Amino acid sequence: MLAIFVLVPPVLAGALSAVLPWRRGVGWLGTAAIGVTLAVGVALATQVVQGQPVTALGGVLRVDALSAFMVIVIGVIAVLAAWQSVRYLDAEISAGRCTRRHASLYSVLIQAFVATMLLAVLAANVGVMWVAVEATTITTAFLVGHRQGRGSLEASWKYLVICSVGIAMAFLGTVLVYLAALHAGTPGQASLDWTSLVASSHGLDPGVMRLAMALLVLGYGTKVGLAPMHSWLPDAHSQAPAPVSALMSGVLLTVAFYALLRFKAIADGALGPGFSRALLVTVGLLSLAVAASLLITQRDYKRMLGYHSVEHMGLIALGAAAGSPLAIAAVLLHILGHGLAKGVLFLASGEILLTEGTSDIARVKALVARRPALGAIFGLGLIALLGFPPFSLFVSELNMLRAQVQVGLGWVAAISLVCMAVIFAAVMSHARHLLLGPRDGDEPVHKTPAIVTVPLIGGLAVCAAIGVFAWPLDSLLQAAARVVAL
Amino acid sequence: MNSPAFGGALELAAGAVLVCAVVILWRRSLGAVVKVLAAQGLALGAVALVLGTQGHDGVLIAVACLVAAAKGVVIPTLLARVVGRDPTSHEAAPLVNMPAALVAAAALTFLAYAATGPVTALVPTAAGQLIPIGFATLLIGFFAMVVRRKAVSQIVGLLLVDNGIALVAFLATAGVPLLVELGASLDVLLVVAVLRVLAAQMQTTFGALDLDQLRELHD
Repeated sequence: MLAIFVLVPPVLAGALSAVLPWRRGVGWLGTAAIGVTLAVGVALATQVVQGQPVTALGGVLRVDALSAFMVIVIGVIAVLAAWQSVRYLDAEISAGRCTRRHASLYSVLIQAFVATMLLAVLAANVGVMWVAVEATTITTAFLVGHRQGRGSLEASWKYLVICSVGIAMAFLGTVLVYLAALHAGTPGQASLDWTSLVASSHGLDPGVMRLAMALLVLGYGTKVGLAPMHSWLPDAHSQAPAPVSALMSGVLLTVAFYALLRFKAIADGALGPGFSRALLVTVGLLSLAVAASLLITQRDYKRMLGYHSVEHMGLIALGAAAGSPLAIAAVLLHILGHGLAKGVLFLASGEILLTEGTSDIARVKALVARRPALGAIFGLGLIALLGFPPFSLFVSELNMLRAQVQVGLGWVAAISLVCMAVIFAAVMSHARHLLLGPRDGDEPVHKTPAIVTVPLIGGLAVCAAIGVFAWPLDSLLQAAARVVAL
Repeated sequence: MNSPAFGGALELAAGAVLVCAVVILWRRSLGAVVKVLAAQGLALGAVALVLGTQGHDGVLIAVACLVAAAKGVVIPTLLARVVGRDPTSHEAAPLVNMPAALVAAAALTFLAYAATGPVTALVPTAAGQLIPIGFATLLIGFFAMVVRRKAVSQIVGLLLVDNGIALVAFLATAGVPLLVELGASLDVLLVVAVLRVLAAQMQTTFGALDLDQLRELHD
């Protein structure tokens, strides 16, 4: 029963935003609704971490530890994004770039976006999961183009076309898995149910499963933003409004990766770990290389964050390639840590864009001296994202590398360390320009309102706390890793 | 059950899907392309109808009607309106000329037969042997998306990919479970609707539906 109540708050809040004219109160209501979803997610997690998965809606929804963990990830980052959306819409309306009707549309779509992501991680059936992931593309297409203008239009067109083709490949992969399951003797209706697919995975035809897994990595990999299917990502993430970028980069990418983790468990049962490992190592290393080479010459700080997402998705793919319980637990911790750090950074970048009026790195200077709070948050976010302690990305990256060495992928760990070093140097040189330096003598120190800084500091604090303290997340991570690990 | 009449009808309908894909690659007039796309949608519905009748599967027959309505009527009507508003409604200069495109279509069909070996081996039925046609349609759709420069052509390419996949699903498994089928159809319909809105915005912003106008964002 509890599983349904995860979906109810965003659906209700979306419906209310559709009928009520936009005002700040509607935005705060939406934020509160996602807060309720987060609370329900935590309650669900405590329920499933020890015992059996729970089901709802006649078996359409099924929550195990992995689903519950993803609900928490979505909830945490969506609360931050919904909070900041209020300020974004306020600023757009007062600048005359956005009508109240447009603001209502935005609020409805944000809630629909969150609801479709939640459905994707709660679905028991991999077909329904596909429908939900495809629906996230549709709900976000208008959100990407919400600021209008040539760049936004181009970004939303590319995003929708490339991701629709990608997700179509994933559908073909799903159909082939269904075909293999039918031939392995699973009865029709159960053939797309993830639990029965894993249970019968040893009997699935290896030839068809190879083709299916390749298509699934290609298809869901497009939505994850893995190279070479990443070309939409920097465009969409740089053009979308900051709260939307935060949600897309922080959680949507990893929701698509969650789908890959589910299918990897099926493919590993049918083919052994070698096949999906080879696929994930290839796209993972390629993503790291692409991110490293394009971050060096980056001139736009929002695109810089976009390419940083390509890097982190590559790291997650390499972690999943190792596949041991240690590796998967680290992958999941990285999903949460990256979501928090990247969410905070995109929200901060929205505030920088709002106050400085440009996303060009060369035209923003000395933020720490000129806007101390905002500059410090952006700097700390970058430190978190580059994998320094105390933030959780340090722990998760270390554990992913350790797991790779343990399963004989030491060379992969070595190459990724080299790429990470290049990315570190590139981002540091951009960050030095953006953040450090003296303030012009006559320019006053700008204050950033607490309504902006409080959620961002909160996000960074959580990211640091989960890096330092194992409790209470550790048991959930272990339980979730056991669901799909080798 | 497996009478020659059914087998012949199935081959005819599946073959029509592929022929429509090749014709779409060949024609430059966007109005004609959308009409052929409608014909392809109806042929796809016919495939499902034959399979449903053959297997006495009521659900599949209902799905067949749904597919024919959505892909044969609703989506082409939506696209025809976009084409109607565009003054230059033909591909002026596709990246590949017509003979080369037809050669490519032939090569892609061979590739489809080569790549689907494991699948056709698993499904020895008459329907199963037609699965490469679905893959060929999909690959031709890909090719059309890459070489065409009009917004509508890209949507049509996307729909070719989608029709190819639907054909594979019908031939290989007699369709996915109903809930998934309904969700997938609704998603495709919504994607086309959203792309149509974006195309309209593009026309007001750029004054044309050429994708060459999309060159603001790059590294």
